[in-house]
Amino acid sequence: MSVDVEATAAAKAAPPPPSGGSGGSASSQRALRKRERRFLHRDKWWGYAMIAPAGLGLAVFYLWPVLQTLYFSFTEWGPFGGTSWIGLENYRTMLHDPEVWQSLGNSLIYTVLVLLGIPVSMVLAVLLNLKGMRGTGFYRTLYFLPVVTMPAAVAVVWRWLYNGDVGILNQALDAIGIDGTYWVSDPDVVRFAVAAVGVWMTVGYNMILLLAGLQGIPQDYYEAASLDGAGRVRQFFSVTMPLLSPTLFFTTVLSVIQSLQVFDLIYMILGANTSVGVTNPAYSEGQTIVMLFFQKSFYDNQRAYGAAIVCVLFVLIMALTALQFRLQKRWVHYD
Amino acid sequence: MRRRSLFTAAATTLGTTAFAAGCGSPPKPTTASSKGGAERGRITYGVWDVYQMPAMEKAAREFERTRPGVSVDVQLTPNATYWTKLRTACSGGSAPDVFWMNGPNFGLYADNGQLLPLETEGPEAVLDPADFPPDLADLYRWKGTQYGAPKDFDTVALWFNKKLFDRAGVDHPDDSWTWQDLITAAQRLTDRRRGVYGVGAPVRAQENYYNSIPQAGGWVLSKDRTESGYADPQTLDGLQLWIDMIHRYRASPTLQQLTDTDATQMFQAGKLAMTYECSYNAAVFWADPALRDKVDVAPLPRGKHRASVIHGLANVVYARTPHPRLARDFVRFLSSRRGSLLQAKGTAIPARNGTQQPWIDSMPKFDLKVHLDAVDYAVPYPISTNTAAWSHKELQLLSRAWSGNESLADVSRSLTKAMNQLLAREGKA
Repeated sequence: MSVDVEATAAAKAAPPPPSGGSGGSASSQRALRKRERRFLHRDKWWGYAMIAPAGLGLAVFYLWPVLQTLYFSFTEWGPFGGTSWIGLENYRTMLHDPEVWQSLGNSLIYTVLVLLGIPVSMVLAVLLNLKGMRGTGFYRTLYFLPVVTMPAAVAVVWRWLYNGDVGILNQALDAIGIDGTYWVSDPDVVRFAVAAVGVWMTVGYNMILLLAGLQGIPQDYYEAASLDGAGRVRQFFSVTMPLLSPTLFFTTVLSVIQSLQVFDLIYMILGANTSVGVTNPAYSEGQTIVMLFFQKSFYDNQRAYGAAIVCVLFVLIMALTALQFRLQKRWVHYD
Repeated sequence: MRRRSLFTAAATTLGTTAFAAGCGSPPKPTTASSKGGAERGRITYGVWDVYQMPAMEKAAREFERTRPGVSVDVQLTPNATYWTKLRTACSGGSAPDVFWMNGPNFGLYADNGQLLPLETEGPEAVLDPADFPPDLADLYRWKGTQYGAPKDFDTVALWFNKKLFDRAGVDHPDDSWTWQDLITAAQRLTDRRRGVYGVGAPVRAQENYYNSIPQAGGWVLSKDRTESGYADPQTLDGLQLWIDMIHRYRASPTLQQLTDTDATQMFQAGKLAMTYECSYNAAVFWADPALRDKVDVAPLPRGKHRASVIHGLANVVYARTPHPRLARDFVRFLSSRRGSLLQAKGTAIPARNGTQQPWIDSMPKFDLKVHLDAVDYAVPYPISTNTAAWSHKELQLLSRAWSGNESLADVSRSLTKAMNQLLAREGKA
């Protein structure tokens, strides 16, 4: 469809056929236009041909599995294949499965906590955008480093930092007279402990986006604002915030999607990949919905049930994203 | 954008190639040579333990030497992905011809027709069950048919740190020890100031409560695999030992501590005086020169009874292998005396009777004989068709009793109910 639009646009932009002057009959003009159209028509197919490899890959590796997953969620699926249609049974089971509700809740809490990292990113971006600030390149790298580090590696390192007996965090707290806890196995604190790592990992990415947004704001606005007598705080809320709102919106949407899909980071911080497995006393407080999906599909041999779980997650993410797009009209300014 | 589509295209091509290759064991013309009937061809052997790779390669080369025209391709898949990959490969008809199997997964594969029966008598016999510890051969028999040839086994014993015992002036454990001795010693060995604990009480099935439950006279699963034993008061005695070790005698780290640093790690770090360990960890302790002189092993302390759970791996043949005869021949070779001795100096104890001495001799400073003696009073590892489903529940629920968040009586009720439901579902399928 976009190709069509481009084709028309190209046709409009094409130099007008030589009219008048050297002459040229109306019929030859028509012939020319016809040839042009034919050429554009062929061009359109070229366009499709060029995107075919990507499109095919997307269809084979994304769309088809999505449809299959949807289908499987309505079946009972034997451990070695062989499915039978059971309608909504899996979804009905989910309604009465406390583990589903708890892990869904955990994922939502994690998402909210990670969203709190956006103001942090904002502050960092503003600081790094200050004029006369020295070593910004160094700090930018520092904050961005966690983003380019593998979540698995991050999880392993943080698991050690959080270790209750020998972890560096508790030793530091000890030095200032605070008794630390077992951060990743205490049911009351585990959600905050993993969310802190989540924030730490995403702050750099959001910061870079916001920084780019900040640098895109023309200086004139600030000059005009200060001439009008606006202080720095007023400038921030009346100039910076509205002009940055599209970037903020983008980071929010992305954070929500990514946080709801979090898996490897929490899975490994909880030690689920080690011999500790599910015996972590804080496991049910830490388990996210994607972890539950993984458990059901690949360990408990209930793949169809797992399919139903991810379908619900898919719908939830779509709904939350749609909701955000609706709400953006109230606070996002595009100009 | 262009780059990305190129990349996707490349991925697609690669994917297809890999897929084609993954379908493995291509139906090459398996020219069964006209005379003698010795089959030629290439078979694949799926394993998961990187430490056992050299021994497995050696066995494969040895088999190739005796069988001209045959090649064996040993394929390593890390434990973390072994089972998911194998299940997918079995559904798609492309699993390795011969592969490793363990107890908890065996029921699922045997019950779903993924394995080829192995003859136990007659001229074509692949194995004679009498050559192996009975509980081990039994583990791989499903509804009267033998599907696996035992490869190795592991038993559980009490590993202890001599240095910590000597410092606390406690006598080293021996085969006279009872639970009471374990408790007393563990309390005396605990030194909170130094961060040292007497014994580790993690929520581990094979190492810990699958031993203490039969020692207390309890049971996990009924003989016909339809009923959970977690309502039996004697079973609960076997669990209570560990819970008491943490909360009553305060001689074990808490479950939270054991979550942060697992019991074996703590033992290696000299923070745990005693730990129940499987025999395969002997090689791990031996490999650490600092630990080699400090630790040793003793039989498990007895409760009402003497018991140690035995588990081991088996070699099995994939039901849809294009080379059933060759695959069986390879399995026969692996379980033969020669095949067993080839892996005897590794981490695992070979399953075949009379081939274990090299394993003991390879770590002379440890009293490894106790791991072999345990075979005499071994109890079988509990399995059903879908063991994974209830053993997951078992770990999850028991950890609530261990942490003290729920009483053992409550946990026992919910676990019995959940387990019986899952077992009933197996019966229906």
